[in-house]
Amino acid sequence: MPQNYVPIFLFLAVIGTMIPATLLIARLVRTQRPTREKLLPYECGIDPHDNARGRYTVRYYVVAILFVIFDVETIFLFPWAVKFKALGVFGLIEMLVFLGVLIVGYAWVWKRGALEWV
Amino acid sequence: MPDFVTSYLGSTLTPGEAGNQFWALVYVFVIFAGVSLAVMSMNWLERKALAHFQIRLGPMRTGPHGLLQPIADAIKLLLKEDIIPAGADRFVFWVAPLIGLLAAFTVYTVIPFGPSQAVSDMNIGILFMLGVSSLGVLGVVVAGWASNSNYPLIGALRSSAQMVSYEVAMGLAVVSAILMTSLNETGTGTLSMIGIVRAQQEQGVWFIFKFFPLGLIAFIVFAIAMVAETNRAPFDMAEAESELTAGYHTEYSGLRWSLFMLAEYAAMISVSSIAVTLWLGGWMRPFSRLLRGSAWDLIFSLFPAVTFMGLAAVAFVGVVRMPRRSDFKVQKIGLAVFGWLLGFIALMLLIIAIAGRSNGAAIPSTVNQSIGYIYWFLLKVAVFMYLFIWYRATWPRYRFDQLMRVGWKVLLPISLTVLVATAIVGILLS
Amino acid sequence: MNSAINATNATMAPVATPYFFYGLATLAIVSAFLVITRRNVVHSALALIVTLLSVAGLYLMLYAPFVAGVQIIVYAGGVMVLFLFVIMLVNIDRSYKEKRFSGLWPIGLAAASALFTLFLFAFIKGRALFPDRMMLLPESSNTQQIAGLLYGDAGKMGQYTFAFEIASLLLLVAILAAVVMTKKRA
Repeated sequence: MPQNYVPIFLFLAVIGTMIPATLLIARLVRTQRPTREKLLPYECGIDPHDNARGRYTVRYYVVAILFVIFDVETIFLFPWAVKFKALGVFGLIEMLVFLGVLIVGYAWVWKRGALEWV
Repeated sequence: MPDFVTSYLGSTLTPGEAGNQFWALVYVFVIFAGVSLAVMSMNWLERKALAHFQIRLGPMRTGPHGLLQPIADAIKLLLKEDIIPAGADRFVFWVAPLIGLLAAFTVYTVIPFGPSQAVSDMNIGILFMLGVSSLGVLGVVVAGWASNSNYPLIGALRSSAQMVSYEVAMGLAVVSAILMTSLNETGTGTLSMIGIVRAQQEQGVWFIFKFFPLGLIAFIVFAIAMVAETNRAPFDMAEAESELTAGYHTEYSGLRWSLFMLAEYAAMISVSSIAVTLWLGGWMRPFSRLLRGSAWDLIFSLFPAVTFMGLAAVAFVGVVRMPRRSDFKVQKIGLAVFGWLLGFIALMLLIIAIAGRSNGAAIPSTVNQSIGYIYWFLLKVAVFMYLFIWYRATWPRYRFDQLMRVGWKVLLPISLTVLVATAIVGILLS
Repeated sequence: MNSAINATNATMAPVATPYFFYGLATLAIVSAFLVITRRNVVHSALALIVTLLSVAGLYLMLYAPFVAGVQIIVYAGGVMVLFLFVIMLVNIDRSYKEKRFSGLWPIGLAAASALFTLFLFAFIKGRALFPDRMMLLPESSNTQQIAGLLYGDAGKMGQYTFAFEIASLLLLVAILAAVVMTKKRA
């Protein structure tokens, strides 16, 4: 029933009001004396020479896309697992075909060295 | 006890199911306060336990044995100056800890502390938990980006890459537990958290022991992945102090920083609850099949009271062992009061356990049962919390490439193999 | 003892579903609007997360919890992480200098209105398909129903079994493409 899901919104509302309220209270009691040096980004005492939103290695992107793919795969597994026994051998074969194709891809990625972080 | 309290404690419905939203709101507040309190005491416990692992004393000055340390910390954090670096994106900087907290806390909606002691019983419970707790990654990425500083950015990228890598193995391990829930007469399982524990109850076995050692391996994969998922040692790349300062929250200070800590510890508790629910029988007491009968029920129902008695005894031993000097007087009194408080709780629990034995008593036996459920669930979670501290004290940190290798080349193949093996064994045995 | 709860249950059971619908729909539309109007790409991404999550909430209220779970895990949890990584890969400062809503906007408008007309057409033509009141579906079986569609029953192909197996090929191609594009040949 949908009333099962209403508590989620209650929970969101409670956290969404409690936390900003705490931050607001803290703002009223704490000291606030910013100086230029205080507001510099932390770089072990060295003045930063440019902003830190530069570019970085593409490997993170590969990890993210592999994650999305395997995430989708896992999602497909959930309904199968719920109905696992009712589906029986046929369901298992269906799933093995599906997994097999993906495992081929996984093995290829492994062999290609995309899982290495060097 | 007032009627409505006992009727709620002894109810067979969750507030969400009953559609009573006020009651659900009460539960939400209780859980929010409880988790915050648990995080504060975890903070003290972690410092003390780590100190004793390293043969130090840990906090000793604020209150007896540093018991008031969390409160002192909270006041300090509240009063600290809150610095937002000059180049930071102020809005995103403000929102990032909130995302992490919302993700870490919302999952508590479905955690089953007992057969009806959950805010709500969603029929996609475990999927909801995995999904919402994975949203914590967004908070990490965004926090690192908003700081406009190099260490947070690298820390955020590293820890988010780590979190998503281990989520894959985690998901597959969870699927193999879901698969076990479907091994009944109807042939359909469930994703509901309460349903998963019920399935273990019906099959008469905790899933960690089912199809030995397949359940155990899936559990171990999950237990490793959940440490990485919460960025704890030995996978705490986010907080590799020696190289990244403090990772993605380097630029955060004061109360805002403490929100990240709150989210981290809340996430630790929630992933441990997933592990307990899926593999360790949730609220079920140990040996519920082997040691049956009313005598055993009575013995196991005394456990909560005995635990608190033990804690009280520890406090009193502490009082006795304090130096006999006048400047320790206040500390001694404080610890004694704490001990009496624990003893009082133990007494209340004992009364409920004994009085709940007879039917038609002032305190119905369902209250006693509910306390038992919550006790066993929390005890199992507490074991995991202790393990988290123990890991941190014992194992050296992984290097980042080793970390990724473990995630993608060790845990992922193992969990896939276990899943397929569980499916094949499940087919063969049915 | 439970009678008290059941009594409150009877009075409180009808959850204000329409209000949730309008609230979530408004949230989705407003944040979708923010996605295309914010100059800062990360702000757009945050707004997109809100949109995706409110759509997940709509699914919940439509008795499709499994779809909502998929929406949260795959879109909000997976795809958005990918998006944020990609946003960080590109130089953000340059996007400030570029003109928003460049010469392509008439095409976008045309496409949007074409899509809207299509939806309207489908709605008018297929009105019988849309229920005029709330339907009580057995939502507890949502996951099982999806399993039935994807995997069929014991020994029988489901409606979408073939499409599901093809989907694995699609995922395989995605893996290959990602690695080929980013990794130099050793």
